[in-house]
Amino acid sequence: MAGSGIIPLFVAVPLGGAFLNSLLGKKVKRLTDIIGVSTSFILCALSLVALRLYNANGILTHSVGGWRPPIGIGMVLDGLTAFMLVTVNFAAFCIAVYSINYMEKFTSKWKFYTLFFLMLGGMNGVIITGDIFNLFVFLEIAAVASYALVAFGTERHELEAAFKYAVMCTVGSLFVLLGIAFLYSYTSTLNMADMGNILAQSGNANITILAMILFIMGFGLKAALVPFHAWLPDAHPSAPAPISAMLSGVLIKSLGVYAICRIFYNVIGVNENISAILMFLGALSMIVGGLLALGQWDLKRLLAYSSISQIGYIILGIGLGTPLGILGGLFHLFNHSIFKSLLFLNSGAIEYTTGTRDLQKMGGLGSRMPLTGITGVVASMSIAGIPPFSGFWSKLIIIIALVQAGKFGYAFWAVIISVLTLAMYVKVIKYAFLGKLKEAWGSIKEVPIFMKLSMGTLAVVCVVGGMLLLSGMQGPFLQGAQEALSEGTKYVAVVLESIK
Amino acid sequence: MSREHDKGMSLIVKTITRLTVGLILLYGIYIVLHGHVSPGGGFAGGVIIALSFVHIMLAYGKEVALKKLSRSAASFFESFGAVFFLVIALLGFTGGYFFLNFISKGKPFNLFSAGIIPLCNIAICLKVGAGLFAIFAALVLLKFETEEKE
Repeated sequence: MAGSGIIPLFVAVPLGGAFLNSLLGKKVKRLTDIIGVSTSFILCALSLVALRLYNANGILTHSVGGWRPPIGIGMVLDGLTAFMLVTVNFAAFCIAVYSINYMEKFTSKWKFYTLFFLMLGGMNGVIITGDIFNLFVFLEIAAVASYALVAFGTERHELEAAFKYAVMCTVGSLFVLLGIAFLYSYTSTLNMADMGNILAQSGNANITILAMILFIMGFGLKAALVPFHAWLPDAHPSAPAPISAMLSGVLIKSLGVYAICRIFYNVIGVNENISAILMFLGALSMIVGGLLALGQWDLKRLLAYSSISQIGYIILGIGLGTPLGILGGLFHLFNHSIFKSLLFLNSGAIEYTTGTRDLQKMGGLGSRMPLTGITGVVASMSIAGIPPFSGFWSKLIIIIALVQAGKFGYAFWAVIISVLTLAMYVKVIKYAFLGKLKEAWGSIKEVPIFMKLSMGTLAVVCVVGGMLLLSGMQGPFLQGAQEALSEGTKYVAVVLESIK
Repeated sequence: MSREHDKGMSLIVKTITRLTVGLILLYGIYIVLHGHVSPGGGFAGGVIIALSFVHIMLAYGKEVALKKLSRSAASFFESFGAVFFLVIALLGFTGGYFFLNFISKGKPFNLFSAGIIPLCNIAICLKVGAGLFAIFAALVLLKFETEEKE
């Protein structure tokens, strides 16, 4: 089919970038940055082309090696895929630009870019694949690369956090693998569309329920939903700032939230019980994450807990299952990937100049680092849900959807936690950027140009992000993703039709 | 006996190693090249090739082994194997599909058959063999560093 050749490039380009970097970057220092930024720019441009292709042609499939699915591996580009690709690759591009300056203080930058692109390749692979075992393989690529990246500083606490992260996420992957094995034994196929087809024909068996429980545990662990969240507050702050931004911004979403959406909505088919479980887990994460974040004094740890809370909003919206709820959840996913990346990059900028992450030691940094201060305030207001920033609109849609569906309890908690979020980010702004400049920071300067450029771009997206809801913009970007989920198992018929 | 042979294990082990290590390497290459017609392939063959170097390291000590295959060479071969594999996959686009077997398949069970599969096996062998040797070398060097500190 015309244009479907673009799909495998989302895996091939980052892997090519990664290995070229390890081949050449060690010898020629300059080349590392050039390969890194150009690879991520190509990916960002390709994802926009993919979005355009989807809007022009509808769903696209690619058979790897010319073997037709369900026997071969199929890759599928539908609305949700195009939406996630744009989200992931745009954030990755901004973060790659930021890393040019930031990673100077670490040795062997080429290792960083190699691991970075392996992780990005894994995430893109999870998003584009139409084969459930292939999804597991890419999930492991991304996860293993991220273990190494968390330990990148090789200090004592970083190694400890990386080890904890590796152990817990491996257990999560094991649950996922076991769930896939059960589904495979029941349906005798690994292609997601084919599997959905057979599950729909043979009805619900106990083994499907077992597989669903395993998937909720496995992917819930990757997404850091609350009973499974313990690794996140250690792992995310320990990584270098660009990687924290990558992990919190897009990794937990593409490995966790996207996989949950795809498997529960499109393959197994969602029912009231699953919806209730997802909403409960979402609300629990939202509340617990919010309350725990409030008491933190380590800036990056606060942001990590806040990620748990915001993932709760996303799962709450998507779990509700109404078209408006799904739209709100996905929009919040996009917004969160932007402003949480920006906040972690801000914390990185502060660490870059002052060397501290403790909020009590900061103060008045806004006067010395105006751009970091302004972008930080924009991101904080956006995540706290202050109009007209993007976060306000997505939270508003989620709350309206909850009220429309008659879930007043969940809507109430969503509002309360939104206020709590505002409180914790007012704390960040007050202690970090406002107030009197401490004497120790008298001589600090604003961060270098590429860090400024990347933070500025993300801040602009935070401000204008709400425009995506306008009818002209919403159609191509959000609507396709929302329809892909709310049509549910119709995905099966569409993909099987497209393979023929 | 030359000075560099002082380290490592006893004379018996060294002599046996000298006799067998070439055979092990040859067997690994055989497994890789026959991957498409008999059991084995790039991964298994790569591991055997790496084991022949590990064998030298165990018997003669790390200096001799790293002189045969240095760490930077291992790192180069590892990355090169991955890039080679990716290039083969991308060349499939000449026929319109990622990973398409675009070379003529030939007669089954011949050494020169199966299109891109032997090339893929060679790429995997480079990646796995060099990777395994690099991991082993890294563990050995780390051990020496901690011993020196003590």
